[in-house]
Amino acid sequence: MKSSAPLIFAFIVGIIVLLSEFIPHSPFNEIVSTLEGWFMIISGFAILLGQISLIRMNTHKIVHKLDNWQYHLAGLISFGLMLALGLLWGMQETPGILGDATGIQAWLGQKPFDYLFENAYLPLSATLFSLLAFFIASAAYRAFIIRGLESNLLMITAIIVIIGRTSIGTMLTGWLPESLHFWHFPNLADFIMEFPNTAAQRAILISAGLGIVGSSLRIILGIERSYLGGDK
Amino acid sequence: MRKTLLSLLFLILIGLLMANTFSAKDSPWDNGKSIDLVWEISPMAIKVEICRQDADEPKRVLLTCSDPSGSFRDNELEPNNEYHYQLKAYFQDDDLTLSASAQTRAQWFYMGKLGFLLLLLLVCGAILYYIQAARHGKEFFIRRIAGLDSMEEAIGRATEKGKPILYVPGISDLDDIQTIASLTILSHLAERAAEYDTEIIVPCRFSMVLSAAKEVVREAYLKAGRLDAYKPDNVFYLTDDQFGFVAGIDGIMLRRKPAANFFMGSFYAESLILAETGFATGAIQTAGTAQAHQLPFFVVTCDYTLIGEELFAASAYLSKDPQQLGSLKGHDFGKLVIILLIILGVILEILETSNLKEFIAGAIS
Amino acid sequence: MKISVLAERRIIYLVLLIAVALPLLFPIGWKTEVSGYTQMAYDLIENTPENKVVIISFDYDPSTMTELQPMGEAMIEHAFKRDQKIIATALWPMGVQMAEQAFEKVLRDYPDKKRGLDYVNLGYKVGGMVTIQAMGRDLKEVYPNDTRNTPYDQIPLLANTRRLKDVAWVSSLSSGVPGLKEWMMVARDSYNVPVTGGCTAVSAPGFFPYVNEQRQLTGLLGGLKAASEYESLIGRLGSATTKMDAQSVAHLLILVFIALGNIKVFVAKKKKTTKTKAFIIKRRKSND
Repeated sequence: MKSSAPLIFAFIVGIIVLLSEFIPHSPFNEIVSTLEGWFMIISGFAILLGQISLIRMNTHKIVHKLDNWQYHLAGLISFGLMLALGLLWGMQETPGILGDATGIQAWLGQKPFDYLFENAYLPLSATLFSLLAFFIASAAYRAFIIRGLESNLLMITAIIVIIGRTSIGTMLTGWLPESLHFWHFPNLADFIMEFPNTAAQRAILISAGLGIVGSSLRIILGIERSYLGGDK
Repeated sequence: MRKTLLSLLFLILIGLLMANTFSAKDSPWDNGKSIDLVWEISPMAIKVEICRQDADEPKRVLLTCSDPSGSFRDNELEPNNEYHYQLKAYFQDDDLTLSASAQTRAQWFYMGKLGFLLLLLLVCGAILYYIQAARHGKEFFIRRIAGLDSMEEAIGRATEKGKPILYVPGISDLDDIQTIASLTILSHLAERAAEYDTEIIVPCRFSMVLSAAKEVVREAYLKAGRLDAYKPDNVFYLTDDQFGFVAGIDGIMLRRKPAANFFMGSFYAESLILAETGFATGAIQTAGTAQAHQLPFFVVTCDYTLIGEELFAASAYLSKDPQQLGSLKGHDFGKLVIILLIILGVILEILETSNLKEFIAGAIS
Repeated sequence: MKISVLAERRIIYLVLLIAVALPLLFPIGWKTEVSGYTQMAYDLIENTPENKVVIISFDYDPSTMTELQPMGEAMIEHAFKRDQKIIATALWPMGVQMAEQAFEKVLRDYPDKKRGLDYVNLGYKVGGMVTIQAMGRDLKEVYPNDTRNTPYDQIPLLANTRRLKDVAWVSSLSSGVPGLKEWMMVARDSYNVPVTGGCTAVSAPGFFPYVNEQRQLTGLLGGLKAASEYESLIGRLGSATTKMDAQSVAHLLILVFIALGNIKVFVAKKKKTTKTKAFIIKRRKSND
């Protein structure tokens, strides 16, 4: 019963949601909206589960002084600090348990939570995303090597798109007359993105879509159960 | 003479008045939330105004136009309610008011989605047929998927080196089918890792994924008869924050230097950061996603990449379960149907017939 | 001299850092050409009548703000210019602050725009696509109050906006899931509300197939370049325009790296061939 209950539940819910897509009559809409409500509530509570896991895992590493325990301590302190500041003095317009921290605001210029958000969290996050630029550069350096006809075509396309996506592309071909508008680098880049790229993307999307239909069907019918830790 | 002219004018006026019609009817094949309004009045009308007059709401003007005949669909109504409408037509020196009412009713089928339903039935029918055929002993061929074959190699390498395996189940929540597909792969991988007694680390971005992943890994260890080796703390939550999650994983890769990295599921802008860091640590890397736009990054930086549907086929491929393999045959049938539809659609569009497109697009518009 | 892979990577990073930093410190002021995708998004907002209520969803966090925040600011400014009423929502927790910052910046040029009358921030809701589906039925149910705890019914701009269907367009600025795709699947496909939006440059190719004849997406802003194009369309000299110089230089540098990579492989191949030839000749000689 323990293992079959989730399968029965998945089957019933899956069929109802599928039918509601085609049957506009009640009670299907009502049932689906109730199920959506459940999902939102469970998602909300699941956040708590994540926090518990976070605290447990980090505390374990700190207490047992496992490798690099200092990083886990830093993580835990940051988490606790942001949580405490948000709870005590709130953020932006929302007051906290101790009110609006007018004194601290006069000194810092904003609430402590907002101060840390803008001056620590924000630059740290932006820095991490910026790493992408460096990784793209090193990956491009390795990837676009001419080995044959296909890699040659790939490199030519890449060069057109790269130039077309910059202001230099506009400058390089901006002098071309209006009748040759298509040959402007930005337009060539747009053409590559709009047609060959989109065609390939659609092919992958369609086959992935069919894969989704098949997987969903297997899950609804209980053929696929390894996501539950089951035996198939 | 004057009398005759007056009677003629009177007759014309009566005729014009008789032609004025305004009707309201529940829209067919819908969810009972709309009413179709149709009117036909004298062409001499200068302006036409249609209002909805509900008992508990102020009069609401729905449409103002100058068309003497036309139709309008009043949407977003409540099902099983009576609605009253008023049409006011303005003439040169007179105006005319017509009323109509109708009750909304929900039907048992969305006719606009018929094309969608037929396609779905065809594909699902084919999948079910092949599953049934597999149950009756028919064998199906599945082509080699290098990315999945590499799993053994990756686990072997990790075991040799005594290093852990890192498994990232994407950055989506459990409502994304890619995450579910990823968990099914995790199940097989964790079982093999348990057999080889190799540590597997699974960082999760969402709590729902965390609880599912924990269960999957635990069951895999149980199935391998190595529950004693299962470390619940190796499946953990990092953060909901997209790049915070990436920073955490990068940290794990640089500090613990896993021998094999698996990135399976839905990935976005962070894919290259993850895979390039893994490349720098020298790990054997396998990625799989249905996010077509992230595939180039994985292809460049990973040793093996599962492209699109291969991610969904992984469970069938790894388990070699005939029923699951049968369902893959069903996908192929679906592909064939779509290829034929595309060819047919192109031919029809060239012939300037868009019936097929409209029939299928009914699901969207 | 042989350079290790690690050293090679470090050199690339250093050169790139310098190349990106210089144009940021000393802007060049290069112009960009407006693409069809950006124009389509612009036209949607431009052609929406005034006083219509619209949704801008901030579905990202600070990490991608370099690319997405200028789009948010430009779209807010454009909607304000057209006297449209903005509802800001967020499917990502940090999106709330992103929205607040964007409004704060644009309001400096539009001091007459009032919270509650011209714009409102309804905040973050967990659930992704399910939340959007619920918004399709009843906005108030999903957002009983705004981020300042003002009840839904007391916000004047929401007086006639009860569900998704009542908004003129939706724009999702998205860096992952949930985001633009979910909005498109629900708001456009189920409720027929025009959906536009923006995403990071690396995710843009994945969204292009949806800018199609069905108008699943009405235009798309893909990355910083599109943001700068949008800024030029509304006549705003924003951060995207200034950052575009740095991006252009970085792209050029990547081209140089690609060329260097090829030269390196070519030289290595040539060396190998010469060595092999020398080896064969040597063997032949010794055999003779």
